[in-house]
Amino acid sequence: MRGDRRLFSGLNFSLSPGTFVQLTGPNGSGKTSLLRILCGLLAPAEGEVRWQGANIRSLAEEYFTFTTYLGHRHGIKDELTGIENLRISNALNGTEISEQSARSVLEMMGLAGREAIPVRLLSEGQRRRVALARLVVCGTTLWLLDEILASLDKSAIALIRSLIEEHLAKGGIAVVATHQEFELKSASIQRLELAT
Amino acid sequence: MFSWIVWRELILAWRRRADVLSTVFFFVIVVSLFPLGIGPEAQLLRSIAPGVVWVAALLASMLSLGRLFANDYQDGTLEQLLLTPQPLYLVVLAKTLAHWLIAEIPLVLIAPLLGIQFDLSQDTLRLLFVTLLLGTPVLSLIGSVGAALTVGLRNSGVLISILVLPLYIPVLIFGAGGVEASIMGTSPQSHIYLLAAITVLSLTFAPWAAAAALRISLE
Repeated sequence: MRGDRRLFSGLNFSLSPGTFVQLTGPNGSGKTSLLRILCGLLAPAEGEVRWQGANIRSLAEEYFTFTTYLGHRHGIKDELTGIENLRISNALNGTEISEQSARSVLEMMGLAGREAIPVRLLSEGQRRRVALARLVVCGTTLWLLDEILASLDKSAIALIRSLIEEHLAKGGIAVVATHQEFELKSASIQRLELAT
Repeated sequence: MFSWIVWRELILAWRRRADVLSTVFFFVIVVSLFPLGIGPEAQLLRSIAPGVVWVAALLASMLSLGRLFANDYQDGTLEQLLLTPQPLYLVVLAKTLAHWLIAEIPLVLIAPLLGIQFDLSQDTLRLLFVTLLLGTPVLSLIGSVGAALTVGLRNSGVLISILVLPLYIPVLIFGAGGVEASIMGTSPQSHIYLLAAITVLSLTFAPWAAAAALRISLE
């Protein structure tokens, strides 16, 4: 429910470990709203979201130890460097990482040589890569990714695909809202299409 | 976690020094305009000094409060802060503490210097410093509630002022009152105690209120 408009109703699904859900639907069909409901930012008008049987409202902060949400806004500070962004967001999520490991993660994301300059000097795609670097080290079970493939080049998309495959193989769950075709090997792909 | 947020805010403030400095300059200029406008009437200047400095401090903190959550909201880091596995009031408290260190402490430090323009005595300057030190946390704390309520709105600056300035009145009365009492030669003790009480009260409730307001604003 956004404003007076009912975006979707009668939605009922459960996700088991190793599941990949591709969320599709035309603009304005409620993909972002659904993801925000799943991550706990938005309260559903009716119904509830359960994590391992418990309502996420009652789990409160505990639920956030299992989830990582990346929205279409990057969620990184322009004035901070890639390393600082990564270290701070990780520390706030309960896992402190050293400067060295942050550097190697960013190198892996194809940002070698650009880890220590303020993010505002990077291109849109590179900033997206900094934001996505969190996925490598976050260690959470449920990934909620909103339009993450926008402004990424082919190599970055391949990188994300392998990250997600690895995540699913470890028993993780990923819910990804995207318009692009997303091919994954092995994993069970579910498609959830929202209509307007 | 707490220290990470404070550290983050301090780095950000350092990289955006102009924002911090503009607040301090605003404070200096507003306070300095009064002696220039009124002229060298020592008696009058002395009696208006506490009120002028305190009102200028309130207005200066209005300038910085708009940025408290708005910047984080725009780049999506506020969402991420809401999704960290920590109690949200602690996150808000850390950000408020950082705001006090960055935006209010410089005002507290510079105020005694500005007080000289008003021909205040040593004791009164010291008291001005003490009341500001005790009272400015309230400005950050109550201000955080206003900033949280208006995050994501257009023209939130004006709205914050309308919401928050009336709530600052008790701090203004007891803060300026304490300094005035010392000028009159009476004891400022009761004012200082009441100011401390307001600080403790807002420290207890404001982070919770601001956390609740943030959740509503980000829905």
